[in-house]
Amino acid sequence: MTKIHVTTTVNGDPVEFLADPRETLLDALRNHLDLTGTKEGCGTGDCGACSVTVDGTLVCSCLMLAAEADGKAVETIEGMAGEELHPLQRKFIEHAALQCGFCTPGILVAAKALLERNPDPTDTEIRFWLAGNLCRCTGYDKIIRAVQDAAAEMRGAA
Amino acid sequence: MARDEIKTGYKLIGTRPNRPDGLDKVTGRARYGADFSLPGMLWAAVVRSPHAHARIKKIDMSKAMALAGVKAVITRADLPTGLTGEDLNLQDNTLAGDKALYDGHAVAAVAATSALVAQDAARLIEVEYEILPHVIDVDAAMAPQAPVIREGVADYSVPEGMHPNVSRYIEFGHGDVEAGFAAADIVREQTYKTEATHQGYIEPHACVGQMGEDGRGEMWVCTQGHWYIRRMCASVLGIEAANLRVTPSEIGGGFGGKTTIFMEPLALALSKKAGGRPVKLVMTRSEVLRATGPTASASMDVKLGMTSDGTITAGQIYFRMQGGAFPGMSPIGEALPCAFACYDIPALRHEAVEVIANRPKAAAYRAPGSPMAAFAVESLVDEMCRELKLDPIEVRLKNGARNGSKSSYGPVYNVIGLQETLEAAKAHPNYQIPLGPNQGRGVASGFWFNHGGETSVSLAVGEDGTATVSVGTPDIGGSRASLALMVAECLGIAYENVRVNIVETGALGVNEPTHGSRATFASGKAAVAAARQAIAEMCRRAAADWGIDPEAVEWKDGAAHPAGPNAGKFPPMTIGEIGAKMGSTGGPISGHHEVTAEGVGASFGTHVVDVEVDPETGRTTVLRYLVVQDAGTAIHPAYVEGQYQGGAAQGIGWALNEEYVYGPDGRLQNAAFLDYRIPVASDLPMIDTVIVEVPNPGHPYGVRGVGETGITPPLPAIAAAVAGATGARIRSLPLSPPKVLAAIKDARKG
Repeated sequence: MTKIHVTTTVNGDPVEFLADPRETLLDALRNHLDLTGTKEGCGTGDCGACSVTVDGTLVCSCLMLAAEADGKAVETIEGMAGEELHPLQRKFIEHAALQCGFCTPGILVAAKALLERNPDPTDTEIRFWLAGNLCRCTGYDKIIRAVQDAAAEMRGAA
Repeated sequence: MARDEIKTGYKLIGTRPNRPDGLDKVTGRARYGADFSLPGMLWAAVVRSPHAHARIKKIDMSKAMALAGVKAVITRADLPTGLTGEDLNLQDNTLAGDKALYDGHAVAAVAATSALVAQDAARLIEVEYEILPHVIDVDAAMAPQAPVIREGVADYSVPEGMHPNVSRYIEFGHGDVEAGFAAADIVREQTYKTEATHQGYIEPHACVGQMGEDGRGEMWVCTQGHWYIRRMCASVLGIEAANLRVTPSEIGGGFGGKTTIFMEPLALALSKKAGGRPVKLVMTRSEVLRATGPTASASMDVKLGMTSDGTITAGQIYFRMQGGAFPGMSPIGEALPCAFACYDIPALRHEAVEVIANRPKAAAYRAPGSPMAAFAVESLVDEMCRELKLDPIEVRLKNGARNGSKSSYGPVYNVIGLQETLEAAKAHPNYQIPLGPNQGRGVASGFWFNHGGETSVSLAVGEDGTATVSVGTPDIGGSRASLALMVAECLGIAYENVRVNIVETGALGVNEPTHGSRATFASGKAAVAAARQAIAEMCRRAAADWGIDPEAVEWKDGAAHPAGPNAGKFPPMTIGEIGAKMGSTGGPISGHHEVTAEGVGASFGTHVVDVEVDPETGRTTVLRYLVVQDAGTAIHPAYVEGQYQGGAAQGIGWALNEEYVYGPDGRLQNAAFLDYRIPVASDLPMIDTVIVEVPNPGHPYGVRGVGETGITPPLPAIAAAVAGATGARIRSLPLSPPKVLAAIKDARKG
């Protein structure tokens, strides 16, 4: 099958790759660009482990074709920390908000998108925003607390 | 180890430092099963049976082989013959032989130059099936008219006259059960059912396998236990264990489900057939649900006698469980001893049968068998408490096991913490909160044995006085942190100066997986023993330097000290000073310990849950949830709480939502996370925890193991709370809204 030449920006870097028309953005990130921090838990948009932002919109990268990323700006977990960790990343470690850590990249990307829209969410707002990100290990308790603590710190710094 | 050896006043144990692997796991750098690749690697796909039970008449691979990019196709004919027992079962499950035994059973596998080509090739493999009658339900599978799934599965234990699908029978007990029932004021008997549920780890099974024509190979795999992977792959493929080197990746959840093989031998066999090129095999979520081990489904009769003051006089159970199409996989052997483990009852009779059905080969799932058993026994205890208007915690305090009780399954409990969990639950504010309309409260206790197992650990002192610990138990939820805390405590050095590595099969003796809540207990016990060995050597080095007897040297605060004024006056020699000159004082300093760890301490827990049930829809909302559990000693309390909360969440899912749904054709109807619905963030409240610490005398720091007990009480506790909210007692899980709504309507009809 003829491949499609895709030009896009990932975590601020210009990238190009050849995608099979059937490949998802998740396939391209993981297998063409070696950005394996974004995970596949289901491939059907139910678990959120593959969460990334595309032009600022939170998406499941398993539900988007790689070719659709052409000309867009994609942000993944690998782009979240600068010289220092993002407050969410730091608070997730401090609060033990991860056990196996497999869902963690997707949850961090999703939580960052939430706090950009709503810097002071209620617990319920966090729970509904993250309802598309499955975690089987933690029961979500420490995740909610970590997001709240990061949000408070970010509000204080703003 | 005597109990008085357990010290308190630790410097590090009980603190909550950042986990050593935290940075990798929040930045996406941690490498999980599917994240590993090699040069020249091929991708694999598996052809699976769409039928619950079918004879495989013909497999035509010609079209697949003709597709450009396809490098190897294998069927059962490519695997060795002559296996027996569980080895044969593992091989039969890896690739079907004459018959496909469940929807999703692997029939063939293909390796190609890309994942897409492999998937295309899999679709081109043509399999001709003769569909056979199937059976799914546990009770139906042992009914006289049930189709025989496999001949000769019954072992010696099965009494004559049972259906050929019955594969095992267990029976034990003590005391005069009939006299116990006669002494009771009320005797009640009920039947309870639980559906199969899946561990639901978010990371699908994944591996990269490489094997040459000489039968030597390597594997990188997400697993709870890479020595198990090595042994099982070697058996299925007819190679020697030493010739397969297995390296574990980070693991994205397991909960027991990653303690065995499912598709790993396929990657190796495909690699061998493709000239030794490495092969990556990653399951889809649908494959995980259809073809990897869920837990058993269960049908359970319970009979209890109780006096009007709440004394339980006798108990009797008859459990029936199916663990898929293979014998030996249902947890009847664990469910029976767990059933009454929380109680001290004078007369008990336990009986169970295992039956096979056309479902995937079951695997361990967090406290295997205990949640089902608790659902049956704790539900009936609750029903009788409500009938006699007795407080459910008081009844458990009255009948509950304590230090020195003879357990329901034989051994005498040494030091246990059940009573302490009940007292803590009773005293917790959650137990006093008044309930509103349509709200109910449930209480249940739970138990898990915990496990020691084969364990091998090495420790090496660095030239700068730091320590590297090599363990064989994959870190599934913070065990690097707990092991580093214990080793640092023992050596008297900083937590940050201990690095714990999970090493491959070539680096240590055989280790059992991270299962049975054993990583912090058993690897911890061995790591402390290894650290003590290194300390003894460092004391010898200091003694030699000082020219005194090694017995005159003691170790404290990370340094060798003269043991007393008579030993001589020398300044302390730190681990850093000893490490810096070890090359000239006798060579490397290390410790090693290997053991089949004994001294396991059981963990008991008590949960209190409040729910509200919407009488219009039957939907249950968990309002608040309390987990109280005995950790022995909480090495890293944050990860202990995490185990309690995670176990409770899985139990809540089992109670309210999760089930394997089969159609009349025997196909799994909900093989996706959309339809197999595990709890999401908006389903749950905060999960309150109380860590009870009754130290285990069998561990140097009192550890019991905390991973599994927490999934056990939620099933009966939630059913009890729903009964309290609605007046309707539902004796089959899950408590799905339609089922609850129907039960409310029935209860109203009276």
